[in-house]
Amino acid sequence: MLCFQRQSNSVNEYDAIVIGAGHNGLTNAAYLARAGLKVAVLERNPYIGGATVSRELHEGWTYSNCSYVCSLLRPEIARDLELPRHGLQVVPYGGGVTFMQNGDIFGKYPEPERRYREMQRHSRRDADAWQRYAADTMKQTRLIRPFLMKRPPNPTSLRPGRLRELAEYGAAFGEMGEAGLADTMRFWTKSVADYLEEFFETDVIKAHLAGSGIIGTALGVYSPGTAYVLLHHYMGDVDGNVGSWGFARGGMGAVSGALAAALQSYGGEIISDADVGNIMVSGGKVTGVALRDGREFRSKIVVSNLDAKRTFLDLMDEGDLPQTVVQRARNFKIRGSSGKLNIALDGLPTFNGLDKKSRLMVGDFHFHDSLPRLERAYDDWKNETWSKDPYLDLLIPSLFDPTVAPPGKHMMTVFVQYAPPKINGREWTDEDKAGFEKSVLDQISNYSPDFRDLIVHCETRTPRELENEVGLTEGNIFQGELTFDQLLFNRPFPGYAQYRGPVKGMYMCGSATHPGGGVMAAPGANAAREILADLREPNVVPEGYADD
Amino acid sequence: MTDVDVLVIGAGHNGLVCATQLASAGRSVMVLEAGEQPGGMAVNREIAPGFQVPGCAQWLTQFSPQLIRELKLEQHGLELAATDLTSIGLSADGNTISLKQGEVSGEISDADRAAFAELYRLLSKVNRLLLRLSKRPPPYLVEGKLRDKLALADLGLRLRLMGSDDMSELLRQALNNVYDLLQERFESPLLKGMLSLEAVQGTHFGPRSPNTVFTLLQRKLQWAWGGEVSQVRGGMAGLGTALANAAQAAGVTLRYGAEVQSLIMPGDCVEGVQLADGTELRAGCVVSSVDPVTTFESLLGLAKVETDTARRVSQIRIKSGTAKLHLALSGLPNFTGLDASQLGQRLLIAPDPNYVERAFNPVKYGEYASLPTMDISIPSVNDPSLAPDGQHVLSAIVQHVSHSPAGGWSTQRERALSDWIDCLAQYAPDIREHIVAAEILTPADLEQQYRVQGGHWDHVEISLDQVLMMRPFPAAARYDASVPGLYLCGAGSHPGGNLSGLPGRNAADTILKMEKQS
Repeated sequence: MLCFQRQSNSVNEYDAIVIGAGHNGLTNAAYLARAGLKVAVLERNPYIGGATVSRELHEGWTYSNCSYVCSLLRPEIARDLELPRHGLQVVPYGGGVTFMQNGDIFGKYPEPERRYREMQRHSRRDADAWQRYAADTMKQTRLIRPFLMKRPPNPTSLRPGRLRELAEYGAAFGEMGEAGLADTMRFWTKSVADYLEEFFETDVIKAHLAGSGIIGTALGVYSPGTAYVLLHHYMGDVDGNVGSWGFARGGMGAVSGALAAALQSYGGEIISDADVGNIMVSGGKVTGVALRDGREFRSKIVVSNLDAKRTFLDLMDEGDLPQTVVQRARNFKIRGSSGKLNIALDGLPTFNGLDKKSRLMVGDFHFHDSLPRLERAYDDWKNETWSKDPYLDLLIPSLFDPTVAPPGKHMMTVFVQYAPPKINGREWTDEDKAGFEKSVLDQISNYSPDFRDLIVHCETRTPRELENEVGLTEGNIFQGELTFDQLLFNRPFPGYAQYRGPVKGMYMCGSATHPGGGVMAAPGANAAREILADLREPNVVPEGYADD
Repeated sequence: MTDVDVLVIGAGHNGLVCATQLASAGRSVMVLEAGEQPGGMAVNREIAPGFQVPGCAQWLTQFSPQLIRELKLEQHGLELAATDLTSIGLSADGNTISLKQGEVSGEISDADRAAFAELYRLLSKVNRLLLRLSKRPPPYLVEGKLRDKLALADLGLRLRLMGSDDMSELLRQALNNVYDLLQERFESPLLKGMLSLEAVQGTHFGPRSPNTVFTLLQRKLQWAWGGEVSQVRGGMAGLGTALANAAQAAGVTLRYGAEVQSLIMPGDCVEGVQLADGTELRAGCVVSSVDPVTTFESLLGLAKVETDTARRVSQIRIKSGTAKLHLALSGLPNFTGLDASQLGQRLLIAPDPNYVERAFNPVKYGEYASLPTMDISIPSVNDPSLAPDGQHVLSAIVQHVSHSPAGGWSTQRERALSDWIDCLAQYAPDIREHIVAAEILTPADLEQQYRVQGGHWDHVEISLDQVLMMRPFPAAARYDASVPGLYLCGAGSHPGGNLSGLPGRNAADTILKMEKQS
């Protein structure tokens, strides 16, 4: 186990201080420590990980109670920081199933042969379309992946280096030719529904695939821009299999645990129960941070893993910042759209139409069999209430990972969309939370007759809980919407998309920066590279992308 | 043997502009129109004896001032009954907001007034760039020739010249949704509602849909030259008539009642058309102002094109959400908060952005909004010739309405008419007392009436994935349709709808240039 050092002296000097021990903060600190800097990560909670965390909230069960599956974590970082050696083991899982209102199911098998037969059972045409669909998404994925571990360009800058970066991006797009480029531009701006309808005709197949276009996003399947969100969920890999997902053994806390171990192996420190209240600035330069309990830490470099609103509006004085930054931080769109249920089960529930021994039991379960039903779930969000027919991404990790539940028992993780940050303009109440929970349990019970009786413990998390515990503003899992106005050189906002803040020595490394959310660790690594460049230290962070 | 150099299908405004330009350059041109009058979707419609309403388009907004001069449309009879109309946002309690160019008046804070002036400044500036792009074929980004590279360099330079603040704001907002843009900048729900309406009118989007900042820019292209909304004297037919006069003066032959059945394509080149009555006409090239889906699917036949083209055509989005409401009125209704002198302006029902978003919801599920947004014109105020003495006509663009609701329109038509009149009555309480005759034109009606797929007035929905070199699809974006001998010149081509006449003009330029090259 990790041992967290408690600091008692009032002033400490560091080369760099990272605020927040989420996966990006830990990654950032690990690279800085590896480059020889004296680094401390300050964490508000008594435990680390941010939203990449495993917690035993009911005796014997370990919940990945925020993020729950692993794919996007950049393999070059995992290799480089030797995360497997530090205890990270990712077990791939495959497939999924959508339960239909008519009692039938659609099973998306990972094996091509069975997938084809099952798709064909629903539609021959769709079964044949799968190859084209997979090839097309892969084409878009290959285009974007090389840019994940690069800083975004700055199109308004005329400095030669910046123009060269812009030209690099331009060249990558140019290689596709006119028609290919048009396809990509269409892909980035269209809705996931329009995109899927270009390939498939069957409602349930479209609905099954569309979920990835809305997860974590306050948009509906018919909203332009959601095709890109789909891509955001496809661009990861497990063991070199692009687009596949896996469980971290022991829960997602294993990811942050391995990152922390790597950091400590390079001599970095993690200080928990250290709630930063203020980033101190003097003469236009960062001088350190002050905790809410009065302790101070000195450093010429302060890196914030928090989102843009918390970083600029809570931790910094307005007077230290340009007015446009304050305004842009206020306008940065964060928006919670999802919630989570973590459920301890006395045994494995029965699902209608699915054999308990089926290969699909270890996949994602969904309960929406048409695009309009998914869209109506979003209409509830727009009306500032939780979805009455919520979209669920349900998994039973204990089928794969015996460490998360006692023998014979099971753990279920249920991602729920949509849940708005506020209910009719007011804060969530416990009554709202109970209503939200009921809508989810009802949804599952509709397809599993014995599910309710097996519940031993249920932890329900609305955007309110996500915000209060993890510090994700409005409970948004990506630290800010993944819409095009907030991607690349616009993330978090124009002029500050290269990880540098408006004050000398101040940096950002959270999911609110390029390339965005998901347990990817790329923002943390990219920010470290920029910091080392500013310090004129040799780069120790992998750049670009060599796998494809 | 050819009958003429060029056959133009459709006497809509773009077909006529294109034909006139080609004839002025010395080509022999014949326009084939299935209906009995010119103008396409810019026509009049008599809904009761003596009551003339605009059949589809009701305002003149973006018709290029340059084209009006070039084609001498004023000499050919184009007359405006009113220009630079004010857009007035209505509310049930009588508080109204008026917008004209960059100015706001009415119940509004100083902060909003300043914010609107700022937004108008930014959008006008961007629109001057868009206008430059609109006046020429869209540049290819990768495979372009020197001309394209120069055009892109020019665009890049002008983006830079905007200054880095405006440029980065543009790059951030271009793909944003209008709801968020408005929440950032304004307080007044009514002002936000009005601008939401402007952004979503004619689209299949709600204000919260990304891309709607771009559609707002598109709908307000006239801000590039400080223009607003105008009304044509004699009804919208006045535009078609003037264009037809100009075409004939240039030597164009106009044939009405000539419905084109198919394109003649014996080999790999289009050589003419066959009419519904069996007549065959041969020409050096055929220019279609009909929407691209009809052009490729019905007139040409997808069997005749490359498989890639067929796929692209099937992917064109033409979902419309726009319907019309037409009323013949025995007298002027009272609108709460307005005096009679304001009724000739453009009246908008869009009290707040959430209302506009809620109006969008039903169309996603194949229904219609019972509380829609409306863009209302009472053209008889500025032009009494449109209705019998002392009486009036009202025409409203109603958004959002499904093309084909479950169960079909026959069962829902009466209910929709009644719902929409009830909606109108919330702002004009005595409206029912004045109604002499009433009708609605659903998207399905517009489709059938004007022979345009989906009833979409832009032919191809305007959104970021269907503009510039992607309109209507990449290989056909420069008017040359990817089939030898066939060109496109309608609203489905760059720069799109909004009665600008520019697709027709750009197409004519392209055809003349390509002739020179071959």
